[in-house]
Amino acid sequence: MDLLVLNSLKKNFSGQKAVDDVSFSIGEGEIFGLLGPNGAGKTTLLRMITGIFRPDEGDILFRGLPFDAEAHSRHIGYMPEERGLYKKMKIGEQLLFLAQLKGLSKKEAVNNIGIWFDKLGMNTWWNKKVEDLSKGMSQKLQFVATVAHGPSLIILDEPFSGLDPVNANLIKEEIFQLAKNGATIIFSTHRMEQVEEICNHIVLINKGQKMLDGNVHQIKQDFKENIFEIGVNVMAEQLMTALFEVIRFKKDELIIKLVHDTKNNDVLRYFIEKEIDIRYFREILPTLNEIFIRQVENTETARTFLTQNDHHE
Amino acid sequence: MNKIILILKREYFTRVKKKSFLLTTILVPLVIIAFYAAIIAISLSDSSQKERIAVLDNAQLLDTSSLNGSKQMEWVFFRNLDESFLTKSYDSMGFDHFLFIAEQKDSTSETVTILHSKSAASFSTLREVEDIVSESNKLKKLKSMGLDPAKFEKAMSDVKLTTVIDSKEGTKDQVAGVAYGVSFICGLMIYMLMIIYGTQVMRGVSEEKTNRISEVIVSSVKPFQLMLGKILGIGAVGLTQFSIWILLMYGVKSSLPFIIPGLHSEVDDAMQSGSFAIIATTLKGLSTLPMGKIVSLFIFYFIGGYLTYASIFAALGSVVSEDQQEAQQMVFPVLMPIILGFVMLTKAINDPNSSLAVFGSIFPLTSPIVMMGRITYDVPIWELAASMVSLILCFLLFTWVAGKVYRTGILMYGKKPSWKQLLKWGLGK
Repeated sequence: MDLLVLNSLKKNFSGQKAVDDVSFSIGEGEIFGLLGPNGAGKTTLLRMITGIFRPDEGDILFRGLPFDAEAHSRHIGYMPEERGLYKKMKIGEQLLFLAQLKGLSKKEAVNNIGIWFDKLGMNTWWNKKVEDLSKGMSQKLQFVATVAHGPSLIILDEPFSGLDPVNANLIKEEIFQLAKNGATIIFSTHRMEQVEEICNHIVLINKGQKMLDGNVHQIKQDFKENIFEIGVNVMAEQLMTALFEVIRFKKDELIIKLVHDTKNNDVLRYFIEKEIDIRYFREILPTLNEIFIRQVENTETARTFLTQNDHHE
Repeated sequence: MNKIILILKREYFTRVKKKSFLLTTILVPLVIIAFYAAIIAISLSDSSQKERIAVLDNAQLLDTSSLNGSKQMEWVFFRNLDESFLTKSYDSMGFDHFLFIAEQKDSTSETVTILHSKSAASFSTLREVEDIVSESNKLKKLKSMGLDPAKFEKAMSDVKLTTVIDSKEGTKDQVAGVAYGVSFICGLMIYMLMIIYGTQVMRGVSEEKTNRISEVIVSSVKPFQLMLGKILGIGAVGLTQFSIWILLMYGVKSSLPFIIPGLHSEVDDAMQSGSFAIIATTLKGLSTLPMGKIVSLFIFYFIGGYLTYASIFAALGSVVSEDQQEAQQMVFPVLMPIILGFVMLTKAINDPNSSLAVFGSIFPLTSPIVMMGRITYDVPIWELAASMVSLILCFLLFTWVAGKVYRTGILMYGKKPSWKQLLKWGLGK
């Protein structure tokens, strides 16, 4: 059964459509990626799922029941993009407070926090204050604050921003582990390379509308352009063929795009017949980044998105 | 409800556990008490050293025997010496001052006296010398006119005006000054507490917003619960501070005789001698006031006023972000009615049944302060009821509207919204 179903959600802010008729569903135990550039409506969508905003139209089903913030917030853990904790409060008390707000008893909360502290090597942190922590440490803390009450739906908005590779990996492993234990994870980001690595199901939104919805592997197949990379040493004049176009030509490597009817084996046969040694032959699938840009091509948003991602990489 | 209590508790304990809370709660009254204790101690203590004064009384004005009991000064009389000689040598003879009283031609002429000092004489010295000389001068003149000084004193006695209030409970003494003081202090306290705790609410909310913790919390609780928990928590801190002050005051009052054993008798002496009569009058005045009624109304109006304004302060805190200057600008219109209430209070104390005082004590934005100006008098029951009901209604309305502004405000960053926008948030669905 689907854990979460969104039915044509709409949300306007003073006449501006922040979320415009978005529907999708997320299965139990999925690692789900919600993608889109800044300002696409991701955060608004997440805030509706967490019950912070009420949708103007449409409805949300949680485990088949109409979403009720009062009843369901206990099962949801939300880590907003802008991290927030009380700076002057002791870490232990803080986590206890947040877990109790979710409805845990004090005993349960202490117990759960202890388990996470053990797991992430934070045992000495209980009496520290957030203002004493480095940025990376407070990110880790924020993650614990999100999952300490044992939610079945974990919503992470840009969970890796500001984390060094070591800690990012640590958190990534924990995310996988949580998913393995049955938690569903919504992972919102504009960093496509992380999504390809982590998520199995993605939804792309732009300007409040859904652009794409599906399995990462499937989407890549859907958008593939029959581009291959071949490790061969060839002369330019040896490439006079109608089978493919050459996209990039180097001394020992070719990138080609097969014309419509060409089979992979036709290409291989062509080189074999010319007695050209093939070192490797590999299909190049489009990255999600490329797919996304293609989807929203020529729009202003896409261009800023592209430049932003260039900065990150 | 459970969640509101959790938030309230967090709000309360993080504040109460802070060192600054203990400091302000315990130190402030101690400093005030120490200050007054110091003043009393200084005024009660003898001056460290007796000053010596040389006197050349050519008019035979002073009575030498009556002056030996003086606490502050040692009077030494000289006869048959030249004024200019003493003027030159009183210093080398070990005197601090030299008082010269010139000979009088006849009993009606003016008395000429000159006080020479090495450096400027202290105020108390001047007063003592002046008092003694004037008193002696008066006696001498009365005698020369053939009047009996004792009869004269009797004739000069002041008339004391006794005032009473005739209320339903019977006739009682009225001590206007005390009622005035109690009203003013109560009003001032509510005025200050509303501003102090109101700004604390505002700062707390805007801190939560800038820390970005609000979004984490409103994913667990309703924004309204968060706001209410915060307001109630800070209000509870205020009440705690209050109770500690009252306990401290009581404690100090009852332990004072043990700390300074001589104080009690000295104060008693002082009271009888008249310089502390004001304390006696105050205590007497307090006992004529309906203290039970005053205290319960004070608490009601403090809570009502605080709650009414706290929600507005919370809403303001939710719309300002980092910029503290922006916050100042937005606070000003809210402070206006509070300040206005304080101005009305002074009027209400002087004239508790004027139409301005009646209006101010019913209008919910000023009533918590203005009503304090009237509680020492009999306020008609319907006015009290109207005032209380409208305060409660106002609190409910404001909290409801502020809750909606707050709900939108805490998640909005960037440009400060205009008043028009705020109104739209507050009144929208």
